[in-house]
Amino acid sequence: MSEYNMHILVCGGTGCKASQSELINTNFKNKLNEYGLADEIQVIMTGCFGFCEKGPIVKILPDNTFYTQVAPEDVSEIVDEHIIKGRKVERLLYVNPETKERIGDSKGINFYKKQIRIALRNCGFINPENIEEYIGRNGYSALGTCLSEKTPDEVIRMIKDSGLRGRGGGGFSTGLKWELTRKSVSDQKYVVCNADEGDPGAFMDRSILEGDPHSVLEAMAICGYCIGADKGLVYIRAEYPLAIERLKIAIRQAREYGLLGEDILGTKFNFDVEIRYGAGAFVCGEETALIHSMEGLRGEPTVKPPFPAEKGYNGKPTNVNNVETFANIPVIINKGSEWFASIGTEKSKGTKVFALAGKINNVGLIEVPMGITLREIIYDIGGGIKDGHEFKAVQTGGPSGGCLTKSFLDTPIDYDNLVAAGSMMGSGGMIVLDDSDCMVAIAKFYLEFTLEESCGKCTPCRIGNKRLYEILEKITEGNGELEDLNRLRLLSNVIKDTSLCGLGQTSPNPVLSTLDNFHDEYMAHVTTHKCLAGQCKALVNYSIDADKCTGCTLCFRNCPVGAISGEKRSTHYIDQSLCIKCGVCFEKCKFDSVLIA
Amino acid sequence: MNKIKTLADLKKLQSEVQSKIKLREKGDIPESLVQIKVSMATCGIASGAKETMSFFIDELDHQGIDALVTQTGCMGYCYAEPTIELTLPGKEPIVYGFVNKTKALEIIEKHIKLNELVDGIIPVNYSSIDN
Repeated sequence: MSEYNMHILVCGGTGCKASQSELINTNFKNKLNEYGLADEIQVIMTGCFGFCEKGPIVKILPDNTFYTQVAPEDVSEIVDEHIIKGRKVERLLYVNPETKERIGDSKGINFYKKQIRIALRNCGFINPENIEEYIGRNGYSALGTCLSEKTPDEVIRMIKDSGLRGRGGGGFSTGLKWELTRKSVSDQKYVVCNADEGDPGAFMDRSILEGDPHSVLEAMAICGYCIGADKGLVYIRAEYPLAIERLKIAIRQAREYGLLGEDILGTKFNFDVEIRYGAGAFVCGEETALIHSMEGLRGEPTVKPPFPAEKGYNGKPTNVNNVETFANIPVIINKGSEWFASIGTEKSKGTKVFALAGKINNVGLIEVPMGITLREIIYDIGGGIKDGHEFKAVQTGGPSGGCLTKSFLDTPIDYDNLVAAGSMMGSGGMIVLDDSDCMVAIAKFYLEFTLEESCGKCTPCRIGNKRLYEILEKITEGNGELEDLNRLRLLSNVIKDTSLCGLGQTSPNPVLSTLDNFHDEYMAHVTTHKCLAGQCKALVNYSIDADKCTGCTLCFRNCPVGAISGEKRSTHYIDQSLCIKCGVCFEKCKFDSVLIA
Repeated sequence: MNKIKTLADLKKLQSEVQSKIKLREKGDIPESLVQIKVSMATCGIASGAKETMSFFIDELDHQGIDALVTQTGCMGYCYAEPTIELTLPGKEPIVYGFVNKTKALEIIEKHIKLNELVDGIIPVNYSSIDN
């Protein structure tokens, strides 16, 4: 038989690979060989499916069966039962957490219901290491159309009309950026893809490069055609080995097929792409710092203007776009700017990829239309808060963003609404917090990150953030005073106003946003010296409720420092001078008799 | 691999490779396609269900009919193997028994193309929990 009648897609994203998805892939191939089915059933390693919480994912097509948390030893059962006998392996199907029903079809899974996949259209669908699968999905036809049928100005017009804005965080109009770079006169220009993804918990760019690298290469070539550049550079952090590997394969294949290189598709247009490695500094996501790092200089930002569009890499006009921005371009060319502009809100068009993390049931990668509400993301797609806890806030925009509280649950999410709410889109990390998270500690956590990542060029950022951190530390250790809250605010505003680049200008955001939204928590820390969430160890005292204690001795046996005493079947007691506040007794007690105050 | 020299070459390659991933795309829109489920339990396979399934795939592809051919478990009509269940878009599923290659061809020519029922229908005498 000439064609496969069944496809087995195995997730090859970093998360699933870490859970042995490569072995699953090999096991499938071996098992199918053993049964002589290798010619009929194709096994493909794809990019990330996004549902990382339930990885490794195996999807069987055409019947659309979606297996979750598959282990290498499950392979023979899947082959024997599903492939040979046509019976789905029930125990590996996804279980709806609300109805406890097993769902066989990925379309029945809430996680996928509200998603629209544009940037992630091929992730989890094609083999990223095979250019022909990308071509089969209309790949490189957008480049072909642009080169043969459209002028650069027409293409830029299309991108402008689509309303696409930079997905790296700033939200600047992509079409306008291209137009500015096109207008700069020079003998040499560059297209740069910013794959320096640095927000803690964000992995959308990595997943696109791992799952669909050609979409980025195609878009870079289109950009090159528009602005008049024949050279593209991908700046990627060296911590992304799989993305780098797949990108290398993609570049090699595109050259072999004549889709990169000289005289592309017989149109005399030349374009080639090289990779530049970053050492993983957060500030290098800022475009001027990124360019300096590529030039071999220190990754420090410089004053804009001049913008990279005028003087960028090697002093030549350079267009810098983020990975996700590029991944949208071929679709806009193929489907038209009106189509793209029909999705989203008035000023934010299209979709956005978010990385869901924190205290949420379905951790993973999602792509949703702009204008969706936080409630839909957290409860419908994310499956609600873990372990029945209560939603407290969601941190968006990473260390530069802020917290959105309950009152923003029904606000449509787009660039402008997030800024109005005191946060920002950022690259799309969403960290969900519940009632056991202390907001002062969260602010401190982010500040610790920016503190380490500050390049040290500007004094307010280098020293100011350090002082901010010290004040927060003082508060979480129970030594805070009321005046500290004013100091935090004053210092934050000075740092924002006087720093050169985005890092310093936004680093106090988590502090300001938590101060605004959770003022009562700060107040509790500095006035009554209590941590409402029970997270700041220095402010917490564990004690045992004499009425509830049954004297089961469980806490006594588990206490690592022997601070608990008491006889069997009589009330136990915690010696505060010995207690290290590890919380083990609280976790172990079956009768809720350990109190936190 | 020869380099792709023109947009026409690219389009040509595109249509060639499209069939390789067509199956995956079909899986997303099953309700708008002709769906054939071939009963492939032990008894079905022993009676030649595999050949029937391959024939359907090849013949429908050959005739350019977009269809989704999948295998399924035992339907319970062991006396009438190979059995298939055919669903045309928007229609109720219909089960056929004793589907060999000749019968398969007849089903394609008459039922799928002309929407005329063919001999050999097994009346469905149970309801499933889905409906």
